Amino acid sequence: MTVENILEIKNLKTYFSLDKDRVVKAVDGVSYVVPKGKTLGIVGESGSGKSITALSVLRLVDEPGEIVDGEILFKGEDLVKKKVSEMRKIRGNQISMIFQEPMTSLNPVHSVGKQIKETLHIHEDLIRQEANHKALDLLKLVGIPSPEKRLTQYPFELSGGMRQRVMIAIALACNPELLIADEPTTALDVTIQAQILELIKELQAELHMSVMLITHDLGVVAETCDFVAVMYAGKVVEYADVDTLFESPKHPYTVGLLNSLPRHDIKMEELTPIKGMVPSPFEMPEGCRFAPRCPFATALCQEKLPDLEKKENGQEVRCWIYTDEWDGEEVKVYEPNATT
Amino acid sequence: MFKFIVRRLLQLIPVLFGVTLLVFLMLHITPGNPAAILAGEGASQETIDNVANRLGLNEPLHMQYIYFVMDAIRLDFGTSWRTGMPVADEIGSRFWVTVELAVYSTILSVFIGIIAGVISAVRRYSFTDVGIMLLALFGLSMPNFWLGLMLMQWFAVQLMWVPASGWGSASQVILPVIALGTAGAAIIARMTRSSMLEVISQDYIRTARAKGTKERVVIYRHALRNALIPVVTVVGLQFGYLLGGAVLTETVFAINGLGRLVVDRIASRDFPVIQASVLIIATLFVFVNFLVDISYRLLNKRIDLD
Repeated sequence: MTVENILEIKNLKTYFSLDKDRVVKAVDGVSYVVPKGKTLGIVGESGSGKSITALSVLRLVDEPGEIVDGEILFKGEDLVKKKVSEMRKIRGNQISMIFQEPMTSLNPVHSVGKQIKETLHIHEDLIRQEANHKALDLLKLVGIPSPEKRLTQYPFELSGGMRQRVMIAIALACNPELLIADEPTTALDVTIQAQILELIKELQAELHMSVMLITHDLGVVAETCDFVAVMYAGKVVEYADVDTLFESPKHPYTVGLLNSLPRHDIKMEELTPIKGMVPSPFEMPEGCRFAPRCPFATALCQEKLPDLEKKENGQEVRCWIYTDEWDGEEVKVYEPNATT
Repeated sequence: MFKFIVRRLLQLIPVLFGVTLLVFLMLHITPGNPAAILAGEGASQETIDNVANRLGLNEPLHMQYIYFVMDAIRLDFGTSWRTGMPVADEIGSRFWVTVELAVYSTILSVFIGIIAGVISAVRRYSFTDVGIMLLALFGLSMPNFWLGLMLMQWFAVQLMWVPASGWGSASQVILPVIALGTAGAAIIARMTRSSMLEVISQDYIRTARAKGTKERVVIYRHALRNALIPVVTVVGLQFGYLLGGAVLTETVFAINGLGRLVVDRIASRDFPVIQASVLIIATLFVFVNFLVDISYRLLNKRIDLD
């Protein structure tokens, strides 16, 4: 392993066995790395396995979900092999997570202060006064107005944006090395979204954290991320640094996502949505999973699943078009000025 | 909170008025002339009329009700028609026996019910869960008098560990409390289980786990407290039911409680004792529900009682 990666996920498979015959392969051989001190964005439609991958890192996947194969190397140590008690020492301490729904992610019956201090007490040996001080500092850090008052308030007394700030305060309580943010702004107003993302960015620089930001919003990725992994139907289809991805996207799915996004840098008449639907987990295509929706798909694509292959600039793409085996005509997947 | 308490106490007044009216009417609708029953078999019509006059049964119905309510407001429940003793004396000690029985049974059902419900929920669909739920189904379906008789048969008659009847010593208390508390424990276990299952799938439970919280703490500090509100409601109702419904258990174990007294006096149409007993049980029931409402607020600050 290279020293620069705080997290390396290798061929991770998280399956949900509903019953004997029906297995949902929510995460099916996912590999990506989070470089130390950087932000990795994970994009994809709902059901692409982004969240399950993230939950797998903390080993928090609910029954009947189960990590069946693969490695999750955190600072070189495989989290999949850790005992439950060892995982507990990592959760909330070295790796923290914030969730999509700030409205329901805080316990309604405990005060904000108590919920922040809980994390502190679990991982650090603090006396009550120290914990109180630190909780107050954390609330100040995440920019909550009148933090003294908030400590004794309950979640229902706070707005959504405020609650997400509290969630961030809880996540940062023990100076984690990796912060996993699972669509942290999806449930918030646009103005609040920008604030929360800005906050995460600032805190990352201040605390030298690595961040894994799960989102379905490419705009958010462009703003905040250093690297991007694009997921589709339980697999990574493209991985690149953010500039490369936006300048020369390779996978037709990534291109589809970009074309369905309004942009300021290109004159466009209308947005082009990706046709069709995400395949049902029970009827996964045999070949490339994007083939049924892909405008360039050939017989080869229908039959065989391509590998995730490294290209120049560390870009990785899972598509036959970029291989020697490609059986179709030469195509230009991405034309920046295609729609004028 | 204070406003709420005052308002609820004021609400007690119409409720209790309603109770007096219902008891009064039901007793007077019931067939059987109390005067005739009191005068005894074969008494002459004259004797019966005299008795009726003495008891005020010949007054117009509304006047009888007004007298009853006026006296009740002054906490004067009169004397028993049957024994001639003041009603307060007749009820006094028996009332406390019944309250004790209900309180002990409730404590037992809460204790066992919540623990069993939590275990069941945490190990959903396991052997333990199925076992506990099966037991709960039995507990729920078993009439408490039958369970009482069986307990008495095993532990008092055959094993002779405890006395078969009476009330007072700890050994006398055990069997009736088990007999009466079992159904409650079963109901609370089922309620706790379903409520816990709902709470365990909430986002904030995942948050708690993501903090590195121990599973036991997740269950008791984060889940149970949220799951308790429906359970507390059931406990309150259960307690009220035990107050009024302890009759059979009291009869089986020969306990001189309020339930038995009321049943006894219904047979002899002892109106003052019945009216006073029902009124006291109703008051206590309303009061317990009032406590349940306050406990909601203590469990979840979001519930604004005012």
